[in-house]
Amino acid sequence: MRRLAALLCALVLLVTGQAALAQKEAPQLVPDVSQRTVEIKFSFTGAELLLFGAILYPGGRVPEKPADIIVVLKGPSQAIKMREKQKVAGIWVNADSIDFRSAPSFYAVGSSRPIDKLVDERTAAIYELGLAKLQLSPSSLNDTTEIDRFSDGLKELQARKGLYLEEPGSVEITDGVLYRARLPLSARVVTGTYTAETFLVQNGRVLAAATREIEVRKTGFERLIGLFAREHDLVYGLAAVALALGMGLLAGVIAGRVGSAFG
Amino acid sequence: MDIYLPIANLSVNALVIIGLGGLVGLLSGMFGVGGGFLTTPLLIFYGIPPTVAAASSATQVMGASVSSVVGHVGRKTIDFQMGGVMVVGGVIGAGIGAVIFRVLERIGQIDTVIGILYVVMLGSIGMLMARESIHALIMARRGERLEARKRRHHPLVSALPLRWRFYASGLYISPFAPLLLGIFSGIITMLMGIGGGFVLVPAMIYILGMSTQLVIGTSLFQILFVTMVTTMVHATTTHAVDLVLAFLLLIGSVIGAQIGGRISMKARPEYLRVALAFIVLIVAIRMALGLGWRPDEIYTVTLQ
Repeated sequence: MRRLAALLCALVLLVTGQAALAQKEAPQLVPDVSQRTVEIKFSFTGAELLLFGAILYPGGRVPEKPADIIVVLKGPSQAIKMREKQKVAGIWVNADSIDFRSAPSFYAVGSSRPIDKLVDERTAAIYELGLAKLQLSPSSLNDTTEIDRFSDGLKELQARKGLYLEEPGSVEITDGVLYRARLPLSARVVTGTYTAETFLVQNGRVLAAATREIEVRKTGFERLIGLFAREHDLVYGLAAVALALGMGLLAGVIAGRVGSAFG
Repeated sequence: MDIYLPIANLSVNALVIIGLGGLVGLLSGMFGVGGGFLTTPLLIFYGIPPTVAAASSATQVMGASVSSVVGHVGRKTIDFQMGGVMVVGGVIGAGIGAVIFRVLERIGQIDTVIGILYVVMLGSIGMLMARESIHALIMARRGERLEARKRRHHPLVSALPLRWRFYASGLYISPFAPLLLGIFSGIITMLMGIGGGFVLVPAMIYILGMSTQLVIGTSLFQILFVTMVTTMVHATTTHAVDLVLAFLLLIGSVIGAQIGGRISMKARPEYLRVALAFIVLIVAIRMALGLGWRPDEIYTVTLQ
């Protein structure tokens, strides 16, 4: 009983002490994003998102060793099948494959300094900081060397498409308190809810984290087309037929007139 | 001028696509072929997903052939009975093609099969055309007249049961022959996004024994309907018809087709056919190399 009381006492002291410490010394994060919605229009060739905000240090004093910022922009997760081509009988055909249950459709990470200089392996893995730490949930049918090979392949493939990117040093911190990071959004992005996470890191520890959501959606004509192609496929098909026939006939008539006028 | 394709989900240079459509239209106007055999591979080289390329190219072939069909109707150079049987076959073929497409897509071999089909079909037809057209050219140079080929259908056609009289063509053959031909063209239209004119025309001449006056109009008539059906099948099954892509291709191809038509009236037909044979062979060789070369991307990703 006495031992329990002592333990409780110690616990209370510890908790209140930490809370006090946190209130006194832990800086806070006030993040924002330049736009809450990204609209895909007919002229969409990609976008650039600005993630910015302020670091509030207790007492307003910037410490001698200021904190660092890591930003992560993640697209909706997708269940994908990935196939690997191998040379069979002189031609390249899809041979091996793997299923990933949740691969982000988009992943961009920016930081004020290289991530491996900011946090250790374990912390990076917990918060999925960096491409190497991305969780893809591979199916258990493949062995580990295969999983690694496919994971690396996926990351390289998506990087070439501009869908996975890592930009160390892309976060600028002004006077130790204002930060901003620009992350490019490729034209190949899928629609859905994206999350922009900001992490405040000091001495290898994540002190604060904040998340903002960004909606990427098709608007106007592009939305209509996508909607019709999926929901009213018969009408969509008829529209395609009518468009093709109409344009073909119109061109014939115009050419006939022009031809007879000149000929 | 960049423009976003809502079904392909990527942004392309509109002028490149219009130019591509124009090039294909020019060829189709010059040679009287749909030109789909060029559209699909070129779109794939440009980075459009193969399924979207095949589906949208079928839509474009339809638009490119409609005004020629109207012209042939006016000149009475279509055997509607023969064409009708082939259209029925084409619809059945498009249905079969849709099933094959889905199966191949599920096992991940659609790209390879499309590639091999292109190499085999274009390679063999291109060789045939090249041999024949060069021969014709040499004969024309020597000032000799080519002996008119005796019109006769292939012996295999006689083996088929049932016989119909096709009055316009002056043929008394089994309707299964044009039906099977139609089915075959429906399947390849669905898989490769081509009208199949360059397969149909020689097949109708050499296998069915139709006269050349009726062949072009009748094959165009069949292509028009089969690409129409294919567009509908793609729209309702693969959902891969990109209206914006088809629209851009059509702008180019309808303009190109008119220019091509003017050129074809001035150029000598022997030279045109040699040129077409070589274009077909070049595409076949490029596709063959594409199969053997190490691809740019070893990995492909599909949604589940």
